[in-house]
Amino acid sequence: MKAVYFAWVRERIGKAEEEIHPPAEVTNVGELIGWLTTLGEGYAYAFEKASVIRAAIDRTHVKADAKIAGAREIAFFPPMTGG
Amino acid sequence: MAKVSVQSGDFDAAAEARALSAGRADVGAVVSFIGLCRDEGGRLAALEIEHYSGMAEAEIERVVAEAESRWPLLGVTAIHRFGSIAPGEQIVLVAAASSHRGAAFAAAEMLMDYLKTRAPFWKRARLKDGSSEGWVEAKSADDEQASRWDA
Repeated sequence: MKAVYFAWVRERIGKAEEEIHPPAEVTNVGELIGWLTTLGEGYAYAFEKASVIRAAIDRTHVKADAKIAGAREIAFFPPMTGG
Repeated sequence: MAKVSVQSGDFDAAAEARALSAGRADVGAVVSFIGLCRDEGGRLAALEIEHYSGMAEAEIERVVAEAESRWPLLGVTAIHRFGSIAPGEQIVLVAAASSHRGAAFAAAEMLMDYLKTRAPFWKRARLKDGSSEGWVEAKSADDEQASRWDA
């Protein structure tokens, strides 16, 4: 699946998007964040306060317990500041 | 019925508001709101607005659909810009048309409250002294404001 990152999540990880291949035991968004933090320093920094990170699956907001099976695109970003 | 646009260029707010009642006589009220870029006491050079292309449009459309399900609206327009925006420039427009003002006022306010907390845009402040103030922090007051409308 494709992971996409925005704002300071993108800056800390150092890339805007990538293909990720989490292991089968990673089934929901919260677990995926936990797995991503193991990929390197930038990831650990981006997700150090996991509770503030927002996520979307296929361009719809989801919560940490959302299942990732079948997702094509998972986005991670800080709280939004538009308007 | 609804018009949603996510764009880098400016918009003509007066023309957008007029278009909501053009060629029809059942509209009794049009409420429009324009969000502008403040200069923060003269310190701000520009806001850089990042967005999630595709989701930004989809999320604004969901928010508009939510407003349409709550009030008898006769038209809605929502426009949000991205990219570099200088102080004094327009950032966002929401406009709601209805037979009576109550629905139009309430819908425009809900649209803005939800748009601020749900539409995937992020602002970064660039200062005149050449420094970057960094990413604008989300305000908990905006979440509280938006939660008033939660069913």
